[in-house]
Amino acid sequence: MNRFAYYTPLVLLGVLAVYFAAGLGRDSQTLQSVLINQKVPEFSLQPIEGATKGLSSADLKNQVVLVNIFGSWCDSCRIEHPFLMELKEKNIVPVYGIDWREVNRQAGPRWLKKFGSPYTLIGDDPKSRGAIAFGVTGAPETFFVDKQGVIRYKHMGPITEQNWNDTLKPILDELRKQ
Amino acid sequence: MKFLAVIFALGLLSAPVGAVEPSEILKDPLLEKRARSISKGLRCVVCQNQSIDDSDAPLARDLRVLVRDRIVAGDSDQAVIDYVVSRYGDFVLLRPPVKAVTLVLWFGPIVIALIGVFGIILFFRRQKKYAAQLEKETKA
Repeated sequence: MNRFAYYTPLVLLGVLAVYFAAGLGRDSQTLQSVLINQKVPEFSLQPIEGATKGLSSADLKNQVVLVNIFGSWCDSCRIEHPFLMELKEKNIVPVYGIDWREVNRQAGPRWLKKFGSPYTLIGDDPKSRGAIAFGVTGAPETFFVDKQGVIRYKHMGPITEQNWNDTLKPILDELRKQ
Repeated sequence: MKFLAVIFALGLLSAPVGAVEPSEILKDPLLEKRARSISKGLRCVVCQNQSIDDSDAPLARDLRVLVRDRIVAGDSDQAVIDYVVSRYGDFVLLRPPVKAVTLVLWFGPIVIALIGVFGIILFFRRQKKYAAQLEKETKA
């Protein structure tokens, strides 16, 4: 027994080394959302300027939809914007927008007028109430909401053709089957 | 010297203010006090190692306002905290709760310390025994 005892510190060190090495590769900025498989928390947002209808949790029902948090100030949103337009033009999936924390009431609508709106409905979210309902930490973030109004997936960062084809499209197909 | 003392006193005054802006502060000092104490325990999810009470981030500001709105609406402290946790998870609590998944976090260090103490006791006992044995042998 004694001889093995000498090796315990070494073994412990080995265990710790493996544990920390695994931790190195993990990005501490991405947080697993606790809202996955939960009903969309209740929220109700005013329409953006020039629109007649805003967005509330009651709108997210009966079909699989994406909810996209964006803002005219957000560079990555500009990057993913053409792909969202494609989703709309090809009728792939309805995208609902939460226009998050614009500097003024005109900024969001101006941006959408310039580049086109990929959204079915848009809620204006100057006080982060919609963003907080979804547990958002940054923009863009996109949520998959199923027919029962349950959040099923959270994507952080811009949607691109590649991550759409590799990850997001299969999830959409899967949710539609259910 | 007096001048320095005044500067120091001013520094003490400014320290506990945090990032709360004057426009956010509630009129009722009791409610405001509760809001401050809740905010100090909630992590800013953008900057992660600051509380929302300390952080200048826009989202932290909006969370502070939300905390105050809910307090004014009549929520208890725990209800406000639960509301935020239900959206961001236990991660937003700067003081992690004691529950099954955090047992190792809370009690791991104590267990490791106990193992160490036990090891030290064992070591000295054995030394004593060895010394006694050695003594016996040399006498014989």
